[in-house]
Amino acid sequence: MRNFSAYSARRKSWRKFVNICMLTFSGIATGIVVAPLLWILGYVFSQGWPAINLQFFTELPTPVGVPGGGIANALVGSLMTVGLGLLIAAPIGILAGLYAAAHPESILGLIVRFGTDVISGVPSIVMGIFAYTIIVLPQKHFSAFSGGVVLAFIMLPIIVRTTEEMLKLVPATLREASVALGAAEWKTAFSVILPTAFNGVLTGLMLAIARAAGEAAPMLFTAFGNPFMNMDFNQPAATLPHMIFVYAISPYDDWHAKAWATALVLIVLVLVLNILARLFTWWRARNLGNVS
Amino acid sequence: MQTPVQVKTVVNENAVKARQSAPKMEMRNLSVYYGKFRALAEINLTVQANKITAIIGPSGCGKSTLLRSFNRMNDLTPSARVDGEIFLDGENINSNSADIVDVRRRVGMVFQRPNPFPKSIYDNVAYGPRLYGVKRKSDLDGIVEKSLRQAALWDEVKDKLHQSGLSISGGQQQRLCIARALAVEPEVILMDEPASALDPISTLRIEELMHDIVSDYTIIIVTHNMQQAARVSDYTAMMMIDENRSGRMIEFDQTQRIFTNPKDKRTEDYVTGRFG
Repeated sequence: MRNFSAYSARRKSWRKFVNICMLTFSGIATGIVVAPLLWILGYVFSQGWPAINLQFFTELPTPVGVPGGGIANALVGSLMTVGLGLLIAAPIGILAGLYAAAHPESILGLIVRFGTDVISGVPSIVMGIFAYTIIVLPQKHFSAFSGGVVLAFIMLPIIVRTTEEMLKLVPATLREASVALGAAEWKTAFSVILPTAFNGVLTGLMLAIARAAGEAAPMLFTAFGNPFMNMDFNQPAATLPHMIFVYAISPYDDWHAKAWATALVLIVLVLVLNILARLFTWWRARNLGNVS
Repeated sequence: MQTPVQVKTVVNENAVKARQSAPKMEMRNLSVYYGKFRALAEINLTVQANKITAIIGPSGCGKSTLLRSFNRMNDLTPSARVDGEIFLDGENINSNSADIVDVRRRVGMVFQRPNPFPKSIYDNVAYGPRLYGVKRKSDLDGIVEKSLRQAALWDEVKDKLHQSGLSISGGQQQRLCIARALAVEPEVILMDEPASALDPISTLRIEELMHDIVSDYTIIIVTHNMQQAARVSDYTAMMMIDENRSGRMIEFDQTQRIFTNPKDKRTEDYVTGRFG
């Protein structure tokens, strides 16, 4: 019989050595991933912070050389376009995800999955041109509405796919328990499956918002930008990423500082939204003992 | 665990003699196919009202498939096809004209692993009644209390009805699932190895619970625990796979006879633990 304890003792130091090597490598890899993130955040913060004050949030942009001024119009415009996009994309995306998760092998389910993969691969500027062709050209004017629609197209595949993936994680036995009580499929989906996967679905919505809130390219063709305050969906509107673009490509130092500040505001807004969503799901899980 | 076994068996014999019963559900020439594979072949089985019928047999012999035919849960498996007739009070429920929602209300189900919804204890039990339109709070309160009492869980959870159904122990969760099934006042309750994921004490409580409620319900239980079948059931169906790997029922009789004087040699080998 082979003596495993002697064998194992001989291997012990080698095992430890390999273990330390692997730990070191994964540590370095983690560092490489995290470093640029911190660098970007730190740089944006250091460049943007000096230009931030209360007026920056409450005032409209001023012409070059005029001191003060802010991004109130872009805050409102981003809220309008992202809000409208979410309003369109969330119900459609969640319902489509629900279908794809419930009937993964059906023709329609395959089409949904393939279609969303294709859409998410389309560059956002192409989306912008598409919305320009179907909305802006017929209407003969740029509008916050067209910006909202193009953002809906950008959000849709993210919402559909995350919803589908999250719903698939819901144990099949929960669905069976509901059906065995006589619940119809839609009732099971809305009262058991969706609430169970709520956290995951919300995460999908947050990802979609973060992505859409940062889109500048399609805004060039749709919301277009607007130096004045606008709350009409039929009128052009400024948005944060578009504002960053306009300020950043200008030749003025003052505007460059404002571009950094606007970028900082955008990043912090998305971050705060994510933190609020996390707090909400944490609160909900504590009350209901959610599974996902 | 051995001592209560003996006691229960004695109680059982008396119970069988005492109760006169009538057929509640019946399967005639039932076959279930998954695609081309015939998982169940030519099952003929009569389930007596207000009795506990156990389905036993080695793994993979189609016990669960048979159980899931009683409330048409096989409909959920896209590739499954169910041939033959399934009668509930003389009405064939395996037909397109049968109201499947009504069938599932009348034939409730408890699953192998406790599967409470991630909702409060109260909402878990109230889920079924709400489906059928019970809205008034006082009515729901009454149903929830009655169902939890029947499931012998009320005293343990009455002070935390609005806590999550997942916050209680596994055994309690399974009794919660039984309460959830009882809340829609089913006539038949299907149990798919309801205690296999539970510890011995919780198992015993579930078995006692079955005894307590069987006077009002008809219970069909799948188990691979033969002592459990012997302890709790009045009738036993013994299943086995044939040479085509299709599940067949090889013997059906009063539990006492299956365990003491089986007609089929394979049943005798199985219940005496010679294989399976």
